Parts: sequence; C-alpha cells; structure tokens
Amino acid sequence: MYTALGLGTFTILQGCKMKNAESVVTGNAAAKAYVAPGQYDEFYNFVSGGFNGQVSVYGLPSGRLLKIIPVFSVFPENGYGYSEESKPMLNTTAGQVPWDDQHHLTISLTNGEQDGRWLFANANNTPRVARIDLTTFKTVEILQLPNSAGNHSSPYLTENTEYVVAGTRFAVPLGEGDVPISSFKENFKSTISFISVDKEHGNMDIAFQVVLPGMDLDLSRGGKGPSHDWFFFSTYNTEQAHTLLEVQASEKDKDFIVALNWKKIEEYVKSGKGKKVKAEYAHNHLDEETQQAESKIQDEVIVVDHNELKGMVYMIPCPKSPHGCDVDPTGQYIVGSGKLAALIPVFSFDKLTKAIAAKDFEGDYHGIPVLKYESVLHGEVKKPGLGPLHTEFDGKGFGYTSMFLSSEIVKWNIETLEVVDRVPTYYSIGHLCIPGGDTKKPWGKYVIAYNKITKDRYLPTGPELAQSAQIYDISGDKMELILDYPTVGEPHYAQGIAASVIKDKSVKIYDINKNKHKYVTMGEKKAKVERNGNRVDVYMTAIRSHLAPDNIEGIYVGDEVYFHVTNLEQDWDIPHGFAIKNNPNAELLIMPGETATLKFVPQKAGMYPFYCTDFCSALHQEMQGYMRVSPKGSNVPLRFGIGETAPGVAAK
Amino acid sequence: MNTKHILTATILLATSFLVYSCSGDGDKKETTEAPASMVEEAPEVSDKGIGKFQDVELTNPLDEGMIAEGKTVYEVKCASCHKLSSEKLVGPGWEDVTERRTPEWIMNFITNVDEMLEKDPESQAMLEICMVRMPNQNLSDEEARNVLEFMRYNDQQQQ
Repeated sequence: MYTALGLGTFTILQGCKMKNAESVVTGNAAAKAYVAPGQYDEFYNFVSGGFNGQVSVYGLPSGRLLKIIPVFSVFPENGYGYSEESKPMLNTTAGQVPWDDQHHLTISLTNGEQDGRWLFANANNTPRVARIDLTTFKTVEILQLPNSAGNHSSPYLTENTEYVVAGTRFAVPLGEGDVPISSFKENFKSTISFISVDKEHGNMDIAFQVVLPGMDLDLSRGGKGPSHDWFFFSTYNTEQAHTLLEVQASEKDKDFIVALNWKKIEEYVKSGKGKKVKAEYAHNHLDEETQQAESKIQDEVIVVDHNELKGMVYMIPCPKSPHGCDVDPTGQYIVGSGKLAALIPVFSFDKLTKAIAAKDFEGDYHGIPVLKYESVLHGEVKKPGLGPLHTEFDGKGFGYTSMFLSSEIVKWNIETLEVVDRVPTYYSIGHLCIPGGDTKKPWGKYVIAYNKITKDRYLPTGPELAQSAQIYDISGDKMELILDYPTVGEPHYAQGIAASVIKDKSVKIYDINKNKHKYVTMGEKKAKVERNGNRVDVYMTAIRSHLAPDNIEGIYVGDEVYFHVTNLEQDWDIPHGFAIKNNPNAELLIMPGETATLKFVPQKAGMYPFYCTDFCSALHQEMQGYMRVSPKGSNVPLRFGIGETAPGVAAK
Repeated sequence: MNTKHILTATILLATSFLVYSCSGDGDKKETTEAPASMVEEAPEVSDKGIGKFQDVELTNPLDEGMIAEGKTVYEVKCASCHKLSSEKLVGPGWEDVTERRTPEWIMNFITNVDEMLEKDPESQAMLEICMVRMPNQNLSDEEARNVLEFMRYNDQQQQ
C-alpha cells in the first residue's frame, strides 16, 4: 500500500516537473501499464526461461506472470518429468536430462504472420527443439538434434512454418567425436538442421542437415516476401579457434552472415541427393488422447555438404563477431549486429541477389563464395551506441536495436538509417521483443527489454536476484517507459502475440469421454487395485472431495506401486493433487478429465497416508486416505475400498 | 479494512485523479473485458429452477436406449457422489429425486449448476446441507436428458 502511495506521489512530481536522472517514467505511464482487476491483458508474452529450461507466460502490458510452461526441465509444480506419462519427454540418447538451457522461441507462422498454433523452443545444451501446443500450453513434442552442440541459432522459421531451422553453435566432429581437439580445422563441422513441420498436426522430423565448415553459428532468421527462399545465419569464430575464443575468435575484422537458399537445397535433397548417415537421436511425442508420452530413438539423418551446394550458399562479410541477424517485415533488409562493433550494418536483399548474379565476390571461405561487403550493404547505422545485439521491428519503418554495452534501446529509420530515439534500460539489455516484431506483421505498441543485470532495481534478495525487464510504449514517436518488473529464470528471446488470437481456443478441461489413457478409471465403480508379481496398479479416481479407493492393504515392501489417478471433474480449474508420504519420486497434479501416474516403491513397512495437494473444496482437507505396507512375504491379503467397501467395514 | 487502509486508499484515489488532471491525458485503456461476474438479480423463483429448460418432454414408456446412455454417464460423472438409494454420500441419494423435483429443475441443475447455486433457493438449501458445491460436470443437453431418463428408471425400480 505504502509503496503504491509512494509511486503515485512520485508520478505526480514526474508528470508536472522535469524528468530527473533517476527515472524516465513520465505522465500517465502507470495508467498505460495498468490492467484493472477482472480485465485481461492485450497480449500474451511468451518468454524463454534461459537457465531454468522452461517458458514463462506474461500478460502485456501488466507484466503479470500467468504461467510457467515446463519444457526442458522437470517441474515440481505439476509433476512434469516425474509422472510416468511425462518422463519420456525428457529422454535423450544420453538418458533423461532433467534440466537444460532454453533460449529462443518462435510462434508458428502462416504467410509470415503469427498464426498462434504452436510455440517452438530450443534446448541449447543438449540440442533439442520442442513444440508447445497453444491450446493447452503443454509441451507435446521434443526432437533431439544429432551432429549439433549448443543449439543456439534455433528455433527459427520459414514463412509458412515449412521448416523449423536449428544451427549449431559449437562446431563438432560428425559421428564419433574421439579426435584430438587440435584437429578442429580438419575434423570439426557446423550443421544446420532443417526440421519439417506437418501442416495439420505440427509433427516435426529432421528433413536434412546442411554441413558447413567449422565455425560458430550464432543466430538466424528466415527470409520474408522477396527473400522467402533464403535463410540467414550470423557466425563468429570464423578464425576456427578451439581455445581462448575470447581473444582468438575476435581477431578478424569481419566474420560472416551465411545466406542460404533453402528452397534450392530442399529441391536438391528431394531429388534424391544428400547422404543418409547413421546418427542416433530421441524423438519424443505426447499422445494427447492416451495422455502418454513416448520416446523413440531414430537412427538416421540425411546430410548434405556445402561443397555440393553450388549457387545455394554465400557468405556476407559482417563486422566484428555478429550476434543478431534480423530480417525486417518487408523481407528486404537484413540487419547484422556486430557485438563488438560501434555501428549496425544493414544489408539489402536486392543488392544481394544482384551481387550474386554479377559474381561480385572477394574470395571464398572454405569453398563458399564471399560477397563484397559494399556490394551487399544498404548502409550502416552510425554511432548507434555500444554493443548492438538484436533488432525488432514495429512495422512502421523503424528498427529497435538492443545495446548491451551502453544499456539502451535505440530506434532507427530503416530507410535513412538515422537514429531517431533512444531510451536507457536497467541494466545491460540482452534480447528485446516487440509483439510480432520479427514477423511480416508486427503488432507494435510495446517493446520489452530483457536485461542481464538487475542489481538495485528491486528489493534485494541476497546474492541471487530475479532478472529485470522493462516495458516501453512505442505507439508514439518517443519510446516511453511504462513498467519495470522482475522475470523468472533468465529470459533470452521472447514472443508477443495479441491475446485474441489464442485466448478463445484455450482448452478448459480434458473431456473424460475422450480419455484413452491405458490406465484410466471411468467412474468410481471401476476403481480397483491389481497385483501382477511385485507390480501393483492402483486405478484411483479423484473428485471433490475424495480419492477412491482411500483404504489399501496388502502392499509389500519393494512393490512397484503405480497410482493411476483419474480426475473425474469436468469443470474448469478444478485440478486435484496426489501425494503419498515418504515417496522419493514426487507428487502429481491432475487436470480435469486427465489421468496421471505416480510411481512409488515403499522401502519400509508402515502406514502411508496420501492426500490431495490442490485445495479443491471446503472438504479438501478431508480428501485423504491410507495405504498399509507390510513386510515382504507376509500374508496380508490385497484389499481396498472406500466407505462401506473399505476393508473391515461391513456394508449397510 | 482498518481506518489506516481506508485513508491510504482515499489518498491513492485522489492521487490518481491528480495525475490525470495534471497530465491532462485521460486516455482509456483498451483492454478486453473479462466475463461479467454474476450480477445480483432478484431471482424468479420457480419449481423449474433457472436455466434454459422450461418445458421438458417426457417419454412414455421409458426409452431403453436413453436409460443405458444415462447410466453410462452416471457411472463416470455422478456415481462418486450420488448413490441410487436414498442414502446421502457427498450429494443426496437419487431415490425419489424425480418426485421431489421437476424434470426442468433437474436438467437445469445439472447443466447450469453455478447459476442455480447462486440464485435458486432450493439449490442453496441443498448446499447448506451438503457443504460441497456440485461440480459442473460438463454434460451436454443430450447427456443431461439421458441422465434424467435413468433417474426416472431408477425411481420406477425403487417402487
């Protein structure tokens, strides 16, 4: 209350007096970020979780955290990665990886515009791409990428989501990796995976991998409109250093943006070219009917070497270790951002095609033609600030570039390359996001700064702090700071989309009549416990407010007990939880109409209470039961029930 | 709310007013309206309850197919809380329910339970006895009608 009062007073001073150095909050900034109780935000903001491996969902402009979607890390909140149904989602060729690093997100596209069907996310460390269904906000597919390491330039899309594209950050030896590190130049390669996406269901598959000379592929973007057939990747370490990259990979004045004609490469591969090679990778899929994830190990990919791709791959020189590589909404301009440069080079797609036709090359990089910088350049944004990283667009002819070193967002005119506005960020901005700002049709309105350093922005919480973000209104000529808020994990890239595209398609419950789970219990009458050797399956139901059966006897130490809990509710927002004492595994959270399974192997004889962990009704506290565990070899018979059917209770 | 809070709230309100008059910029937010909350209205009390079912046509004799469908729905979505006898479990037993309630009231209660609990005095009286709001189990109109048929069948069996 007092903080709010303080803010209000402060706002008056700011509104009526001059700005001061401490804040750039002006006028009715607070009102612009205010979403009244009971009202909805105008945009969904899907934000990568960075080192927490998840995706968080915020509302814009309020900055309210709406949900965390578990993707590449286990999640105690809802049992993702702990339930038997979801465990296979995190399977890889190296077994279950419980925690990864999630950097970039892309909402599926139709004709270069967001269609709001799926959200693609990358795992950076153990290379994978995930697909999240935006009707359920659930991770439904995860595809591992072989021949890749540090899956950073990922996942970016072609204009109709024909492909999700994923480039490797680390060059690595293909196949067996047991070679001297010093043999980098000879043995290490970079790969770009083209993942096809089924138009109707979204299912992914690795269509082919393009093999490039060893270097670090950093970020990428698909072309749009006139540049539809092309994909662009920024690179660094074209010096091919394998140690002390901080120095050795920054020696050359220019690295490259790789321009690659994916349409021609696709035709080349479809004509039967390319080589099938052995490569193991996991492909995990959640069957939404059976509610069970399955992990399959696939063993082959098609690779195609750049040497075969004459006329399909070119290099554009780009100053000083470029990072962002962003294509404007018209598809005409490609913006490179040399993170050590003091300018922003903007390349022209028209000039690129002309230079290619005229063979305007200055040499080659391991056989790939290198175009002349000046022949491809539209122009440079001079003195924009220090350390340009990423650029988003408002659809009105302006680019907005994040400046890591000088901690600011710089707005500039794409045609004239003039800087027209700049605002400070707090502090050291990494990525930035304008809703739709990477597509043909930006929604505009806001730009959000995701910062790397938080320091003194909020009340201190010890050495470990949340990450800070700021929202700026960009509907006028000047960017205006309207909100400063903490975010979870460490956001890298984010996507914003008008709420209207998604909200009405949001699923409220799972229809119990369509539940095809192998262990579903269709009604309390069918609740039962079955023993098969030392495996025990408990078919349990949950409804406000009892679990059935709630008395179970005849379980022995060392039994593998599977609680298959079916939530019989068919009402929105009535999940039930399930937890049993001393289970070293975890707990469950079960949505209405869903079945979820928790495994428990009791180690000691005794009484094991279980209960619902999600407050569900006035009698939630009564939603509990007991499981009796007896020593192995004892002769306590298997008995179970609830109410009058409970063991030892005589029927009336 | 104690007086200190009221005072603070008042100041806040005044302050935000000041902000508007100060900046001279009172633009309205374009945000999507959330669904309107239940508005208190004087309920029209009727033994048909509140909802779209105002004239349910009954079969004679009972329809075997509908009974079977209704029983299936009962077992999945209702049986956890309702017995077929007069015994109360979580909710009341179903014996004689078709005598106690009109067919319209039953179908409205099944398909429109939140509004019924909000406005219908009979429903509210039941809530005071059971202390658990009946869940909306998302039955289609057809499913609700089949359940009614099964209830009528159940009542014929009990006689």
